[in-house]
Amino acid sequence: MENLNLFIRSIFIDNMIFAYFLGMCSFIAVSKNVKTAFGLGVAVTFMLVITLPINYLLETYVLREGALAWLGPEFATVDLSFLSLIVFIAVIASMTQLVEMVVEKYAPALYSSLGIFLPLIAVNCAILGGSLFMQQRDFGSVWTAVCAGGGWGIGWLLAITAVAAVRERVAGYSNVPGPLKGVGITFIITALMGIAFMSFLGIKI
Amino acid sequence: MAEKISNKEVFFNPFSKNNPVVVQILGICSVLAVTAKLEPAIVMGLSVIAVLAFSNVIISLIRNTIPTNIRIIVQLVVVAGLVVIVSQLLAAYAYDVSKQLSVFIGLIITNCILMGRLEAFAMGNRPWPSFLDGIGNGIGYALILVIVGFFRELLGSGTLLGYTVIPQCAYEAGYVNNGLMILPPMALIVVACIIWVQRSINKDLQEK
Repeated sequence: MENLNLFIRSIFIDNMIFAYFLGMCSFIAVSKNVKTAFGLGVAVTFMLVITLPINYLLETYVLREGALAWLGPEFATVDLSFLSLIVFIAVIASMTQLVEMVVEKYAPALYSSLGIFLPLIAVNCAILGGSLFMQQRDFGSVWTAVCAGGGWGIGWLLAITAVAAVRERVAGYSNVPGPLKGVGITFIITALMGIAFMSFLGIKI
Repeated sequence: MAEKISNKEVFFNPFSKNNPVVVQILGICSVLAVTAKLEPAIVMGLSVIAVLAFSNVIISLIRNTIPTNIRIIVQLVVVAGLVVIVSQLLAAYAYDVSKQLSVFIGLIITNCILMGRLEAFAMGNRPWPSFLDGIGNGIGYALILVIVGFFRELLGSGTLLGYTVIPQCAYEAGYVNNGLMILPPMALIVVACIIWVQRSINKDLQEK
């Protein structure tokens, strides 16, 4: 039940785009049409669901202070938390490569639609941000990490698809001032949508 | 191509004409998240300048020995190492600010400016121009950060670096701080305004 709450909270209240602005670079670059936006959103969700539990296990059993106690009493005081950044980014980068290869081999159709986005994801702040939030908030179990990852991913997907849909209409039908065309108006659209999403803040679940 | 550009242009172009944030649209995440107050914005700017300059130099020094198909991972490791040093230094000497910045220091690793500059410049140029390029882009980034932080803190809480600057008589005359400026979405609007001003001046940057 708690995990379900966390899942829903991660989608709406702790939304990666509208509350933390993580993954904005690819968000701005790829939200030009709904189809590619949706593809990138799915890829991000996928990577968050995979990397968050792995990083959670690493954090709990290797990196945290005293986490190595299972190796024997003499390891109980070892604190490797200063290595966490490097370990997390290494996991993310190598998982991206691995997933790219697996998808290419076994699901060529998926690869041709997701393929170009996968390399982009290694440097998407939303993925590393998810792992860092996980570290900061002391999740209780692997399932919590999976639920949070799924929630953040779907929230990201929701945000990028919604903004892409608005952008398609804006590009076609409205008269935007010259200097604001393209990137400028996207910022303003995202900001207005972010203010709308802030109304979820009051919900207690 | 890059050989033709003089060192001076490498250094000064990122300030306005080729600004990493408002023209190349890189590294937006942190601009939006850390600028509610001016002080964390300045610290974040300095950290990015340092990491960018040194990672550019290191990658430029070893650019001929990196195998091309694993270059992304090599770059990530170099950047991650530097970021760890910066975050440990901040935690030791500026604990309050590092608490405020929380995960965003760690997120310098995935700041697109770094990967962008390493790929586009440091992989093809000698160390000294790369160093200048790193400093220049870092300053261009910090500049936007400081402008956004300045307006958000001034209009949102009436202070600058924690000191009250709006005089008391203004409040007595009915002036109210705009609480909306503290909220994260307003950072996007401020950046959009900067883009608006900048593209009105440089007409050739406008999109059709």
